[in-house]
Amino acid sequence: MADEMLTIYVMGKAYEVPRDLTIMKAMEYAGYRFLRGCGCRGAFCGACGTVYRTKDDYRLKVGLACQEVVQDEMYLSEIPFFPGNKSNYNVERLKPNAESVLKNYPEVFRCLACNTCTKACPQDIEVMEYIQAALRGDIEKAADLSFDCLMCGLCAARCPAEIVQYNVALLCRRLYSRHVAPKAKHLAKRFKEVKRRKFDKELADLKGMKKRDLAKLYDARDIEQAD
Amino acid sequence: MKIPYYPGCTLHERALDFDVSARECAKTLGVELEELPIWTCCGAVFPLVTDSVMEILAPVRNLAYASREGDKLVTLCSFCYHVLKRANRTIRTDPEKAEKANLFLRADTEAREEIESYTREDYTGQVEVIHFLEMLRDLVGYEAVAKKVRRKLKDLRVAPYYGCMLLRPKKEMEFDDPEQPSIFEEFLETLGCDVVDFPMKTECCGGFQIVSDEDLAIACSRNVVSSAIKRGADVIVTTCPLCRYNLDKKQEEMAKEVRGFRKIPVIYFTQLLGIALGIDGEHIDFTDNYVDPRPVLAEKSLL
Repeated sequence: MADEMLTIYVMGKAYEVPRDLTIMKAMEYAGYRFLRGCGCRGAFCGACGTVYRTKDDYRLKVGLACQEVVQDEMYLSEIPFFPGNKSNYNVERLKPNAESVLKNYPEVFRCLACNTCTKACPQDIEVMEYIQAALRGDIEKAADLSFDCLMCGLCAARCPAEIVQYNVALLCRRLYSRHVAPKAKHLAKRFKEVKRRKFDKELADLKGMKKRDLAKLYDARDIEQAD
Repeated sequence: MKIPYYPGCTLHERALDFDVSARECAKTLGVELEELPIWTCCGAVFPLVTDSVMEILAPVRNLAYASREGDKLVTLCSFCYHVLKRANRTIRTDPEKAEKANLFLRADTEAREEIESYTREDYTGQVEVIHFLEMLRDLVGYEAVAKKVRRKLKDLRVAPYYGCMLLRPKKEMEFDDPEQPSIFEEFLETLGCDVVDFPMKTECCGGFQIVSDEDLAIACSRNVVSSAIKRGADVIVTTCPLCRYNLDKKQEEMAKEVRGFRKIPVIYFTQLLGIALGIDGEHIDFTDNYVDPRPVLAEKSLL
């Protein structure tokens, strides 16, 4: 039985928990109940950013509590919320360039390129690279590199220049999708068709159908072949 | 000849006219400038603190990136050149700082071992940082440049403006004589220009003071501009986007302060080189210039 348990320290207090649990499950095992700092439990929402240290290692490590498995003698604390500076802007009125980044987040230009943010990212994003891309106006690269960001806030917590990287990334992705990404022509075409009420009759017919006929129609639908 | 190239942030967006003309000139001269696959801001200012390595990590990491692409790194912007070259010298001459910086870069690697692009080897100063002008003189050769000149600029009176970043501090920059430099003049003579010597060619344009003390920066720039005008120059050429900004855009304010102020265009040396090499107009863009150089260039039949 003893081999199956290990000791973790949550905010300094020791708990015996079964090994192989994630940090989040281990904390719940220990009696914590999450009101904040817990969301999807599937590494998508970024609510459970956690910092920890392991025995005999000076380094501060990071992870998502719902993914990271506990280790013996792990010292940890969840950071369920990080207060981040967020600019109010109308993306329609901005251009996809360095000027827009400068105007909304002037602190980006304090970046020392120390790369501490990159080391703090549980998503293995090249955070410093995208901040640097943003500051030279390479909005496309910033949007692309930051795509997997969950906005957990660990980068901002570690930044010596006090940049809130994830909000800068969000600005860049918005600028990219609004002003840079090619417009989908088929979408515009379909939108016009919908507006001209091309599908109204078809929709009304569907609404009036019996469930059994609807199921038959569904089964006989055209299925796009995978390439 | 392929050579690794560091554009720097300003040339990526605000001084695209500088970047585009330089790449095209290089191509015409048989040089392929290969932009580093990854690069960050150089830091923009060389730190004068002596007890910290944090501020030189950015240039050192860029040099480490460059070391994987070749043994040389070409740059155009005077500030980038200044910061990269001095950071390189720090690594070469200060073993303690070199070790600390490398320890930090090594931690990058440990954090991202799976990413190929991160630094793996220690950076020991193995890259040679060279300015585009040095590349023209030492790698291409002024004679070879002269052979490619299609349009002689003999009627154009050109004032070469060095500014401070290329030249000082002399011991660290080792670019040219800080009091009486000649690399720019020799370059212009290669193009067949009528070179105008003027006493303010190595004085400061005001630099970053333009952000915090605009009047001071404009006073500095006015000294430079007036000096070139007094010597009868048609155009000033520069190697630096910040000098270009201060000397060119601030002529609007200068004209308000000085009665009868005659404006003078300020262009990048690569734009003049492009004209001499007969490069077509789309690569030589003057739309960002406050004082339009096109009238004087047209007058000398250079457009």
